[in-house]
Amino acid sequence: MADLLRAMLCLFLLLALPAQAVEKQPPAPVRIGLTPVFLDDQAKFVNAWRAYLENRMQRPVIFVQRGSYREVVDMLREGKLDFAWLCGYPYVRNMEYFRLLAVPLYKGEPLYQSYIIVSTADKQTRSISDLRGKIFAFSDPDSNSGHLYPEYLLAKKGETSATYFTKTFYTWSHRKVVEAVASGLAQGGAVDGYVWDTLVFTHPELTGKTRIVAESPQFGHPPFVSNRAVSQQLFLDMQNALINMVHDPEGAPMLAILNLDGFVYGEPGLFDGIAEMSDFIEKRRDAAPKRR
Amino acid sequence: MLHLKDVSLDYKIPLRVTALVIVTASVLASVLVYRSTEDLRQNLIASATRVGGLVADTLIEPILHDDVWRAFEVVNLPFRSPSLQATDQSAEYLLVLDRNNQIYVSNRPDLFPMMQHPAISDPALASYLTLHPQKWPEDLQVIDSPASNALFLLVPIKSDGIRIGTLIMNYSKTPFSARLRSLARDAILITLLVLTALLPLGVYWGRRMAEPLLQLSDAMNRIGPHLPEPEEIKLEESRDEIGMLAKSFKAMLGELKEKEQLQQQVITSDRLAALGRLAAGVAHEINNPLGGMLNAVSTFKRHGEQDPLTLKTLSILERGLLQIKETVAALLVEAKAQTRPFDLNDVADICTLVQPDTEKKHIDFTHEVDILEAQPISSTLVRQVIINLLLNAFQATQPHGHVRLRIFRDSEHLFIDVINDGSHIPQDKVSYLFEPFTSLREEGNGLGLWVIYQIVQQLGGLITVQSEPDHTQFTVQLPLDKTHEQTIATHPLPD
Repeated sequence: MADLLRAMLCLFLLLALPAQAVEKQPPAPVRIGLTPVFLDDQAKFVNAWRAYLENRMQRPVIFVQRGSYREVVDMLREGKLDFAWLCGYPYVRNMEYFRLLAVPLYKGEPLYQSYIIVSTADKQTRSISDLRGKIFAFSDPDSNSGHLYPEYLLAKKGETSATYFTKTFYTWSHRKVVEAVASGLAQGGAVDGYVWDTLVFTHPELTGKTRIVAESPQFGHPPFVSNRAVSQQLFLDMQNALINMVHDPEGAPMLAILNLDGFVYGEPGLFDGIAEMSDFIEKRRDAAPKRR
Repeated sequence: MLHLKDVSLDYKIPLRVTALVIVTASVLASVLVYRSTEDLRQNLIASATRVGGLVADTLIEPILHDDVWRAFEVVNLPFRSPSLQATDQSAEYLLVLDRNNQIYVSNRPDLFPMMQHPAISDPALASYLTLHPQKWPEDLQVIDSPASNALFLLVPIKSDGIRIGTLIMNYSKTPFSARLRSLARDAILITLLVLTALLPLGVYWGRRMAEPLLQLSDAMNRIGPHLPEPEEIKLEESRDEIGMLAKSFKAMLGELKEKEQLQQQVITSDRLAALGRLAAGVAHEINNPLGGMLNAVSTFKRHGEQDPLTLKTLSILERGLLQIKETVAALLVEAKAQTRPFDLNDVADICTLVQPDTEKKHIDFTHEVDILEAQPISSTLVRQVIINLLLNAFQATQPHGHVRLRIFRDSEHLFIDVINDGSHIPQDKVSYLFEPFTSLREEGNGLGLWVIYQIVQQLGGLITVQSEPDHTQFTVQLPLDKTHEQTIATHPLPD
C-alpha cells in the first residue's frame, strides 16, 4: 500500500514538473546566420547541429540560411541575427559592428586558402594569367577566397575581372563554382580551398573534373562572428558551445562531417592578409581614371 | 497455269480464310502500331511543350539579371529529376540563345560553350537559325523534320512581350524509333501468336464449310448412266442453305431413281406386251393350219388300210404336230372364263400337289395364309400362278433348302410371296426373266415365268422379283374384283 502511494506521488511529481517549466518564460531563441559556404544543401546535418547547440546552450536555436553573404551580413548588422558564420572578407569590412566569436581549425590551424581551378580537360593553363578572355566563375562577391583573392591577383597585374575575362558570373556557393568548372560552363573559377578539399571526400566526381592551377597564401578561416548587441552571457555560451565541440562525444562527429578539427578563439589579426588585399583593391579602384 | 478459281474448295476456302485472318491481323497490328507511335509522338511533344514553357518562363529572370548560374541550374532542372531521366522523354540538350542567337547557356556547356553560335556545335541547327531572331514566329515552334534524327522545340523567352532569348530543346528520335521498333516487334509477335491460334481454327472452319460442298459435288459427279444408290451418297444433314441443297439433291436423286425404275418397268412391260401380241398372233396363225393338219392325219389314219411304214410316219408327224400345239398353247395364255373364287381349299390342293416335289428334295416348305374366306378372283389362274412359282422355287432350291409361301391381302389386292433360299438370279437376267424361252436351267423350256407373267398381266396385276444371295422373292399383286366380292359376301359359294 505504501509502495503504491509512493509510486503515485512520483507520477504526480513527474507530471507536475513540465507544467512548472511551461510557466517559466522561455529564453528567446538564438538566431544564427549561415552563408551558403558549404552547408547549404545539408539540411539533415544543419538540423542535427541545431539540436546539439540547443542542448548545450539550454535554449532554442534557429539557423537562418540566405542565398548570399550580403543578406546575412545585413541581417547581422541590423540585429536580426545574433551570430553568423561569415567569410573573413565581410568580417574585416564590418569589424566595427561584429565581434569575433570563434575561428574553425582546419588541418590544425585557423587558416585556409583560395584555389584557382580549371577543368581537367584544360591541360594548358598554368595560372590565372592563362585565363585571359575566358569565362570565369566567382562564388560570391563578398567571398574572400571566391572573389577577393582572384580580383587581387588581377589588380596586381593592373587588371579587373570585368575586362580581363570575357564573362564572369557568381554561383553564390563555393561548391557550385566547382560544378560550373566541372561542367565546362566556366573555364576557370575561384573556390574556397577548404571546400574543395572537403568535396574531394564527399563528391570526388565533381572535384575529379577540376584541377587546381593556383593556391593563395594562407588566410584566416571564415569565422563565426556576433552582433555587438549580443549579451556577454550569450556570447560566452555560444563560444563555449562551439569551442567545446571537439571534446564532446556528440560534437566531435559533427566536426568530422564539417571536416574541421574544432573551433578556437582566434584573433582579429588573423584576417590582416584579407584586409590588406581589400585595401589594395579599394585604393586602385579609387586611383583608376573615372570612366565616362 | 493454275488459276485460283480452279483450285478445289477444300484448299480455296481455308486459303481465303487464312488470307483474311492474315490481312485482318496485319491491318489491326499496323493500325495499333501507328496509333501508339503517333500517341507517343504527341505525348512527347505535349510533355516537351509543357517542360519548354515552364523552363522558358523560369529563365526570364535569370536572363534579365544576367544570372548565368541560375539559368544554368534552370536548364539542368529537367535533367536532374530522376523521374524524367528514367523515361525516354527527356531532351538530349537544352539551349538558351540570347537576343543575337548566341548561346547564353546550355545544359551541355562542354558541347555548347557560352557565347558561341550554336550551329558551330550542332550543324543541324544552322537551317533553323538563319532568320533573325526578332523575325521568328511569336509562338512555340515544333520542328520535326523527317530528315533529321532529332525533334526541335523552339520556345521564345519573352519578357513584357519582348523576346529576350530563345529556348531550344532537342529531343533525339533514337529512343523514339527504338520504342517504335519494340512496339512493332511486339505487334508482330502478338499477331503471329494470334495467327498460330486462329489459322488452324480458320483452316478447320474452312474445311468444315467446304466439306458439304465437296460431298455434294462428289455426289453429283457420281450421277452417270447409272444412278448411285441413296446409301452410297453421304451428305451432311443440316438446316442451312447447303443442308437444304443436299436435301433437295437427295430428293431429286430419289425421284430420278424412281423415274428410272418406272422407265425400266415400262420398257420391260412394253417389250413383254409386244412379245405377247406377237406370240398370240403367231399362235393363231399356227393354230389354224395346225388344226387342219391334225384333222387330216387323224382322218387319214381312220380311213383305209396303211402299210406299217406309212402308219409309223403318220404317228411321228402327229406327235410332232401335237408338240407344236402344246407349245403354241403354252405361248398363248388365255385367261379362262370366270371360274369359282380362290379359297383355302385351293391352298390345301396346291400343298398336296407339290408334296411329291418337296419330299424328293427334302425341302422345308412352309406356308402362311392370311385369308379366311373365298377371294373374288379366279381360282384356276391363281392356282396356276402359285404352282408355277412354287415349282420354279423348288427347282432353284438346293436339297434340304427352304421355300416359303405367303398369301395375304389388303383391301384391294391379294398378295402372293414365294421365297426361296436357293441360287439367286443375276441382275442382268432379271430384265429378261419373264420373256419366253428364257430359262435359267438346262432342262426347262423357259415358258413357266412367261405364263405366269401373262396370267398376272391379264388379271391386271403386277409381278416383281427381288433376288439376293440366299433370298429370292417373287411377289405377285393381284387386284380383287370388288363387285364380285360383294356377291361372294352375300352369297357365299358352295364349297
